[in-house]
Amino acid sequence: MMAMKKLLEREPGEIEMLLPWHAAGTLNTRDARRVEEALARDPELSRQYAAIREEYAETIDLNESLGAPSARAMQALFAAIDAEPERKPSASRGISRGIAGFFAALRPRTLAWSASLAAAVLLVQASIIGAMLMQNQPASFQTASLSTDEPITRTLSPETPPRALVRFAPDARVADITALLDTYQAAIIDSRGGMFRLQFGSGPMSKDEIASLMRRLQGEKIVSVAVASP
Amino acid sequence: MQVLYGRHHVRVFRFGLRLVRDEQVAEDLIGEVFLDVWRQAGKFEGRSAVSTWLLAITRFKALSALRRRKNVELDDEAAHAIEDQSDDPEVTAQKKDTSQALRKCLSALSPDHREIVDLVYYHEKSVEEVAEIVGIPENTVKTRLFYARKKLAELLQAAGVERGWP
Repeated sequence: MMAMKKLLEREPGEIEMLLPWHAAGTLNTRDARRVEEALARDPELSRQYAAIREEYAETIDLNESLGAPSARAMQALFAAIDAEPERKPSASRGISRGIAGFFAALRPRTLAWSASLAAAVLLVQASIIGAMLMQNQPASFQTASLSTDEPITRTLSPETPPRALVRFAPDARVADITALLDTYQAAIIDSRGGMFRLQFGSGPMSKDEIASLMRRLQGEKIVSVAVASP
Repeated sequence: MQVLYGRHHVRVFRFGLRLVRDEQVAEDLIGEVFLDVWRQAGKFEGRSAVSTWLLAITRFKALSALRRRKNVELDDEAAHAIEDQSDDPEVTAQKKDTSQALRKCLSALSPDHREIVDLVYYHEKSVEEVAEIVGIPENTVKTRLFYARKKLAELLQAAGVERGWP
């Protein structure tokens, strides 16, 4: 009892204060080595480190037991994003850079922790794309504009984001298509006879920008055909 | 955005939930956080990890939500409320269940202590990252965690749990 009180009342040492980060594996190499050396020569520090590892494990268990948010949270978020005012092209490019920065900054440790979540998201996306690919008819070619069983109701307003009809290469994998959609900030909005109608970004582009976009798309390995579309 | 949300929403939710202690509020919180991210993505300069930026926003939003909440309880009262939900420390001691007692005592820490323990152990944030998220100097981060652990040791001792340290 007295021993504990004495231990708890003294000022902490520098190495002692780093022990929790050593347990979590977040110290830099130099500090990690200093801690290792101190642990090797100080049995009291080792006992404290054992207690810290227990706290570390229990903190993880405690947080993991908190569960996850409901689907309502995601629905509300994306409804709020949809309700956001349309961005100007320059702003969109800023966002694009920002998002690219996000992924550039992701650390392997973070990615490892969240791999299962990301896999779940990809699985959902893959199932959507997979279902569309199932409709692929390699021998025939029919564009959406040839369809006569439904009226064309899309607006041709200059505010509409650019769209394109795209056919993917037969050996294109779902992961490749998903990556391409991410890269171009594109969404599949329709599909007919193996052709996909893609919409890019959220704002309009000039003719030159659309032409440049089509050239880039056409240059992608997994794209067989890409043509601008209303 | 979906990928970003998929990667981080659970941890953001759990961090928020530990701060606000209300699932509904924590769910609303993650919506606010990711909407802010959507609006401000262009401002992200990549100087820190994405998760660090997200947790800093979450913390700010959580504290704002706590201030907004009507009839908000004082932090100490909230801690006591948690304690009252199950066994008292004596009963826990009787069970000799170190794991359960540890969890109970971790939940009974003050919000400042709970936050720093979660950031270091669960969110695996470095000293520098915690300083950035919480907005305090790095040395304060180290001493705050030490005193959080000291408080934890006192709570465990009060519950009669023997861990071999101190």
